[in-house]
Amino acid sequence: MGGPPTTAPLLRTPLYDAHVARGAKMVPFAGYEMPVQYPLGVLKEHLWTRDKAGLFDVSHMGQALLIARDNRHETVARALESLVPADILNLQHGRQRYSQLLADDGGILDDLMISRSARVENDGRLILVVNAACKDADYAHIRARLPDGVVLQPLEDLALLALQGPQAMAVFADLASGVADMPFMTRRYAKIARIDCDVARAGYTGEDGCEISVHASNAAALWTKLTADPRVQPIGLGARDSLRLEAGLCLYGHDIDATTSPIEAGLAWSIQKRRRNEGGFPGLARIRAELKDGPKRLRVGIKPDGRAPAREGTEIVDAAGARIGIVTSGGFGPTVNAPVAMGYVAPGHAMPGSTVHLMVRGKAMLATVVALPFTPHRYLRS
Amino acid sequence: MAIKFTRDHEWVSVDGDIATVGITSHAQSALGDVVFVEVPEIGRMLKQKDAAAVVESVKAASEVYAPISGEVVAANADLAGTPALVNEDAEGKAWFFKLKIANKAQLDGLMDKAAYDAFVKESA
Repeated sequence: MGGPPTTAPLLRTPLYDAHVARGAKMVPFAGYEMPVQYPLGVLKEHLWTRDKAGLFDVSHMGQALLIARDNRHETVARALESLVPADILNLQHGRQRYSQLLADDGGILDDLMISRSARVENDGRLILVVNAACKDADYAHIRARLPDGVVLQPLEDLALLALQGPQAMAVFADLASGVADMPFMTRRYAKIARIDCDVARAGYTGEDGCEISVHASNAAALWTKLTADPRVQPIGLGARDSLRLEAGLCLYGHDIDATTSPIEAGLAWSIQKRRRNEGGFPGLARIRAELKDGPKRLRVGIKPDGRAPAREGTEIVDAAGARIGIVTSGGFGPTVNAPVAMGYVAPGHAMPGSTVHLMVRGKAMLATVVALPFTPHRYLRS
Repeated sequence: MAIKFTRDHEWVSVDGDIATVGITSHAQSALGDVVFVEVPEIGRMLKQKDAAAVVESVKAASEVYAPISGEVVAANADLAGTPALVNEDAEGKAWFFKLKIANKAQLDGLMDKAAYDAFVKESA
């Protein structure tokens, strides 16, 4: 975790005061002062989210509109398709899709969510949500490559909240109509507690839930309303990381970066068939070659056989001690109640069930390659 | 016998020529939920400031250093199965290991309770 070192003053989200009032421990993250944990602590916050509903402030993430001046979906979709490998042209109204901004060599510059407004009158607009640590670079990258007639407009006056967990929808049912019926990866406008919100049925924990885009001036009121529900606890970045790790989801800058391709990262599912056939996105040659011949390394789940966690940067070796990969995320999984990790290994070691060794404090620890996720996803599938 | 403290947040309690070592209540609080502890093998000779044990929380891994030199004569076997004991009773039941003291003079370089409390306050 943590962004690049910087001497610039740390930014605050519109919920800063609300975090401090709840006793959060604030830490620098991606240029912001963010809550890493509340008095409940990382372990209990994690378990609370898996059992009830956890509320996250993710306002540090970048929200932006990509706008075609001719108001045509095709115009804006084609512009974005020149930067990402997902099928945006066939994205339906109110649908959201996960993709990656790719470099010319197929490396991942960032991963992002892309949605098309549910409102037909908003056609020609896509909503992008990018990582906090990458947003300035992303915006510069996108702007430098847009055709005439398409513009990027960062939405600086928005906050972003995520309510995640098996009881998240029951919480919404009391405050908003329509939200609980939304299928996974859809987006729509809704009033939550009479506050205008743009809601996406998605998240980063493996649990059912929503991400709620709201005007900064209303963020604290919405936060207060949601945290007033006894099923809801605010959750910090610490538990956000262990939740997404158990869910097998990539953290940019750790599990994916400019050296990894979507195929190596096991994200081929996010490149739809039309794009594989037609191409027209950066890194096509590498991605086609890796789809055909297999990549040189693969992201896998790794379960240490013992109790010692293996952290990011831990070397993965074979029985003879030869290096076969590296851990990119690792720690303790509170729901699994054991250490869990993800990393890259050579393809010959990537089959679930393969035995590998992790070099922890100079000693080789036995571990097993496992299928991801560690905890089953509980998204609502329609 | 009074308890002494290190700048690395270990505590040492001395009884005759045996020193019992653990991490401070402040240290466990800063670490958060402890999920893994590795204690040293009995018989191991430790020099002052050697990495002697490991404590890992949901957040991070930390080394526990030998506050003074000596031979490991006991290690707390309960911690492997119940690492959360460190959060519950860091300065009591969750002791890490016992040393046969090699050089009692090294104790004089450690902080007493008042000095440690001031040190923690200062570094906060």
